[in-house]
Amino acid sequence: MSQTRKELLIDPLVDNNPITLQVLGICSALAVTSSLNVAFVMSLAVIAVCGFSSLFISFLRHYIPNSIRIIVQMVIIASLVILVDQIIKAYAYEISKTLSVFVGLIITNCIVMGRAEAFAMKNKPFESFVDGVGNGLGYSLLLMSVGVIRELFGSGSLFGVMIFEPVSNGGWYVPNGLLLLPPSAFFIIGFIIWGVRTWKKSQVEAREYKIQTLEEH
Amino acid sequence: MSLRNYFHSLEPHFEKGGKYEKYYPLFEMVETIFFTSNTVTKVAPHARSFVDMKRVMTYVVISTIPCILWALYNTGLQTNSVLATMSVEAQSGWRITLLQLTGLGIDPDSLISNVFHGLLYFLPIYLTTLIAGGICEVTFATIRGHEVNEGFLVSSMLFALTLPASTPLWQVALGIAFGVVVGKEVFGGTGKNFLNPALTGRAFLYFAYPAYMSGDSIWTPVDGYSGATSLGIAAAEGYESLSNYGITWADAFLGTIQGSLGETSTLACAIGLVFLLLTKIANYRMVIGCLLGMIIFSSFLNWVGSDTNPMFSMPWYWHLVIGSYAFGLVFMVTEPVSGSHTNLGRYIYGALIGFMVVMIRVLNPAFPEGMMLAILFGNIFAPLIDHFVVMANIKRRAKFNVQTQ
Repeated sequence: MSQTRKELLIDPLVDNNPITLQVLGICSALAVTSSLNVAFVMSLAVIAVCGFSSLFISFLRHYIPNSIRIIVQMVIIASLVILVDQIIKAYAYEISKTLSVFVGLIITNCIVMGRAEAFAMKNKPFESFVDGVGNGLGYSLLLMSVGVIRELFGSGSLFGVMIFEPVSNGGWYVPNGLLLLPPSAFFIIGFIIWGVRTWKKSQVEAREYKIQTLEEH
Repeated sequence: MSLRNYFHSLEPHFEKGGKYEKYYPLFEMVETIFFTSNTVTKVAPHARSFVDMKRVMTYVVISTIPCILWALYNTGLQTNSVLATMSVEAQSGWRITLLQLTGLGIDPDSLISNVFHGLLYFLPIYLTTLIAGGICEVTFATIRGHEVNEGFLVSSMLFALTLPASTPLWQVALGIAFGVVVGKEVFGGTGKNFLNPALTGRAFLYFAYPAYMSGDSIWTPVDGYSGATSLGIAAAEGYESLSNYGITWADAFLGTIQGSLGETSTLACAIGLVFLLLTKIANYRMVIGCLLGMIIFSSFLNWVGSDTNPMFSMPWYWHLVIGSYAFGLVFMVTEPVSGSHTNLGRYIYGALIGFMVVMIRVLNPAFPEGMMLAILFGNIFAPLIDHFVVMANIKRRAKFNVQTQ
């Protein structure tokens, strides 16, 4: 094992972020970030599922037949997702209604599957758990950043607490309706990726082609 | 020292290795305002044409002049007409103070008063567009080292003309910044944008601040005045009832109706179109495609008919004159960069937009106007259309070869 446990936890936050570098799990990031409460619960759910599914899959890694490994992984992930879904329904019913299918869709979240397949199948349980939690945190970090921008400028509040008083309530702020629509998360994630890659040049992908100039012709 | 020599003396500082090497795009921008570029083609093929990018863009700006003039007159006319019906106390604001100070007054019958009043609305919007968009453009040009070119003048002019007169200036700035950055610069600048930058900015505002962009009271910038847009009336009560609101087909064609600054007059747009077609800046295939798509599909809907949706019965000549169809057709559909590049593709591209406009206007209850969305839709499909046209041609040629061998 070349990475220390600390690196396993910290790396996915910026240097190897599942969303900005690997561009996985975009679908749910678009759907659940219009309010911070929802994004926060979703983050917790993904951290829990990603961490524990990596843990259990790593425990079983020597017993899982290679030919049906994806099915076994799915069963473990799906059981955890059902568990998380039930807990959210029990303790945060309002938010569970907003999240609707997106908790269930964690099953198909590429980040969870990706960590199970790429890391947990080959590493010890505790390392796998740390790696799963780290990737969950990386996902959460981006989810919360997007959530802050969307909720603050889209409805003028953070966690439902009014920061900018909107015009409709007699304040001064004109809410930006675009930010409440899912496509805005595309732009924001795009801008964040742009920012991160300007900051960390090593994340810039190699050009697939080069535009020929006239002189080189 | 002549201006020419002055630029020559400055030039070494901005060239590679000079003190201000980073700011070469800025220098280049200012120099080419006065003189033609020193950069000439050095290697083959030596395609020579007097129509360079600067001229293309300048022609487009010239072609918008009828629309600009009409925008000034009509904005003033609409505002003055409404204000004239109000009591004197209700009329306030710096524009009105200025009008009264100059002795022009609020007079819908006076050409000068109308144009002046319109200018007081158009100028702040246009200047904001130029400054906010210009800052973005120059910043990117400096960092990326590309030229600041005249494409921005076209985008900013078109963007300003598509806005309602009552748009707050901070929204104008936000919209053009989004249009320039997301619509153009992130893809590499002028010539590499797959969406129309002006429309991207307009669409941003449309979705971000729908209350300011597609409401009732917005077209005529007077507090407390509200009137539905002509498309709104047509959607609710049918196009026949437009005459009850004092809108005849001739009014709509001439443009003495409420609407965004520059897009009310089909006539002004048509003059621009003739100029663009004569100078061959606009490709006639796109225009024909777009007209045919709109005429055929709206006629089809006329024939189908509907009891519940009055828009079904709106004939094509009404579709042509109300809303932003004419403006979009002339200045947005014909944009060469974001449209299709093959001749057959241009017909298809135009037809797709014409079809989508009617589709959105008639069949989609959420949006009364569809030109902006239809053009952006067409922009996205343009490369795909080109791809199929090219593939079909390759296939045809391949077959031809087999037969002759």
